[in-house]
Amino acid sequence: MEVVGERGNLAGVGHILLVLSGKGGVGKSTISTELALALRHAGKKVGILDVDLCGPSIPQMLKVQGKSVHQCDSGWVPVFVDQDKSISLMSIGFLLEKPDDAVVWRGPKKNALIKQFISDVTWGELDFLIVDTPPGTSDEHISTVESLRQYKPLGAVLVTTPQAVSIGDVRRELTFCKKTGLRVIGIVENMSGFVCPHCLECTNLFSKGGGEELARHAGVPFLGCVPLDPQLTQSLEEGRDFIQEFPKSSAFPALAHIAQQILDRTSPEGS
Amino acid sequence: MAEAEPGAAPLPHGCPGTSSVQAGKAAACQGCPNQRLCAAAGPAASDPAIEEIKEKMKIVKHKILVLSGKGGVGKSTFSAHLAHGLAEDETKQVALLDIDICGPSIPKIMGIEGEQVHQSGSGWSPVYVEENLCVMSVGFLLSGPDDAVIWRGPKKNGMIKQFLRDVDWGEIDYLIVDTPPGTSDEHLSIVQYLSSSHIDGAVIITTPQEISLQDVRKEINFCHKVKLPIIGVVENMSGFVCPKCKIESQIFPPTTGGAEKMCQNLNISLLGKVPLEPQIGKSCDEGQSFFSEIPESPATSSYRNIIQRIQEYCGLQHSQEKLSNQGME
Repeated sequence: MEVVGERGNLAGVGHILLVLSGKGGVGKSTISTELALALRHAGKKVGILDVDLCGPSIPQMLKVQGKSVHQCDSGWVPVFVDQDKSISLMSIGFLLEKPDDAVVWRGPKKNALIKQFISDVTWGELDFLIVDTPPGTSDEHISTVESLRQYKPLGAVLVTTPQAVSIGDVRRELTFCKKTGLRVIGIVENMSGFVCPHCLECTNLFSKGGGEELARHAGVPFLGCVPLDPQLTQSLEEGRDFIQEFPKSSAFPALAHIAQQILDRTSPEGS
Repeated sequence: MAEAEPGAAPLPHGCPGTSSVQAGKAAACQGCPNQRLCAAAGPAASDPAIEEIKEKMKIVKHKILVLSGKGGVGKSTFSAHLAHGLAEDETKQVALLDIDICGPSIPKIMGIEGEQVHQSGSGWSPVYVEENLCVMSVGFLLSGPDDAVIWRGPKKNGMIKQFLRDVDWGEIDYLIVDTPPGTSDEHLSIVQYLSSSHIDGAVIITTPQEISLQDVRKEINFCHKVKLPIIGVVENMSGFVCPKCKIESQIFPPTTGGAEKMCQNLNISLLGKVPLEPQIGKSCDEGQSFFSEIPESPATSSYRNIIQRIQEYCGLQHSQEKLSNQGME
C-alpha cells in the first residue's frame, strides 16, 4: 500500500506512453486517439491526457467537447467517452468556458497546469495512459517528462509525416528524448499515402519512406506506416460511432499492428 | 486543492490575464498555483528593448506575421513563398524571420540549411537567398540537424528579442515573421516587442477541417486580445485533384463549411484557397520555390492572387498612415 500512496492518482495505471513529434499537424492527436481505440479494441482500458494547452483537439475527435470535468475528494474526474468507461480523457478543452477561448499563457502557467494534470486526475485502474503533447521541445515537454519521470513511463511514440521538412523536426525530438532519458518505443509514419476513392490510384501526398529511413538512421524501431483515411477523419469529425467505425477503416490494420507491438513490449512485465 | 469548490474546475474562470493590472490580485486568483508569480510580475514592465527595437524597425516599412493555432497547416511554406513572391519585384527588399525556435523549417524550405550567421560590427548578418531576400532563423545557430533547442519560454523570448534588436536587417520593405503553432510565449513576445513599431497585420493559415478551424478560432481570439489586425485567412490543402483520374477529393473535409464559413461568421476576409499539390511539399523538401518549379499549377496562381491581395492591403495601410501623419503635421 505504500507504493500506492507514492504513486498517488497514477497508482492504478499500468503503462504510460507519450506521443511526441517535433512537428505540428503530423497527426499526434489522431495517432493518440487511434492508438487508444486500437488498444481498447485489444481489450485494454485506456486513458488519454491531452497536454496540448493552446490547441487541444482530442475532445473534438472523441466527440466529448462541451463536457465538463468534476472535482471529487481525490482530484479531477476525467471524462469518459463511452458507456463501458473503457476510454477516459482529460484535456484543457474541458476547462474552457467557450470552445473558442484562447489560452494565452506563457511557460510557467502552462507548467503549473501540467503538474496538476499529472498529479490530480483520478484515472482509477488503467492499462495504458497515453499522453498527447503539442509540437516542439519546450515547456510542456520538459514539464511532462520531469513530472512523469518518477512513474517510469514505458516510453515515447514519435509521429512524423514522410517529408524531409517533418523528418528534420523529428530528428530534434529524438535528441530531446536522448537528453531527457526518455525511451523511444518507435517511430510511426503517418499520412503515408492517399488512395483516390474514385480510381484507387495511390498518391504519396507528402512523399514516402522518410519515417522508416529515419528510424534506421537513429537505430530505433519503426512501428509502421499509417495511411491517410479521409473516411476516418470524417467519421471522427462527424461523431459517428467511431468505436464501430474504426475497425472498418483502412488505417485500422496499421494501427492494430502498432498497438500489438506496444502490447508485446509490456507482456514480460505484465504477466 | 482542499478549498476548491466541489464540482467546479478551478482554473481559468475569471482569470484576469497575466498582463492585467489585476494579475495575481483578483478574487479569481485565490488558490491559483500561479498567483504569486502573476502578482510579482505585475503588469508587463516596459522592456528597454522595445525602444531599441522601435529604432531598428523604423526602416522596415511593412511587418506581416504568419500565424495559425494549428501545426502543420503550412505556415512556413506560406511564409517562404510569400517572401519569394514579394521578392520577385527587384526594387523591394524582403526579410523572412523564423521565430519557430523548437522547429525551424525555414532554412530547409529556402534551401539554405547548414548556412551560418556571421557577426559584424552592426550585429548578426542574416543569410541572403537572393540579393533582395534575406532570412534569419535559429536553425543557422545550431551545430547540426540533430541539435534540439530544449528551451523554456524565457530563453525563447530572449532569442526573439535578439533577432529583432541585434540582426543587421538594413532597410526593408517587407518583414515576414513565421511563427510556431499556438498562442504562447513566442506569440506574446513578438507582438510585445513590436508593440511600439507598427505591425501591418497577421495572415492566418488553416486547413479546411473543423479540428484545425477550432484552433484557428483561438488564434483569431488571440489577435483580438492583443489588438493585432488580421489581414485575412488562407485555406491551405483545400481539396486534392487525383493526378490519374482528375477527380477532386477532400482529404481534410470541410465538415463545418471550411474557412469560408468561419470567415463569414467572424467577419474576416478570406484571402484564398490553395489546393493540395504534392509538388509543393517536394519543392519545400528540396529547398526550391514551387513558383519556378510548377508555374502553371492552380496552387501557384492561387498563391499569386493571395500575395497580390496582401500587397494591396499593405499599400493601402501605408497610404492611410501617410495621410494621417500629414494630417497631424
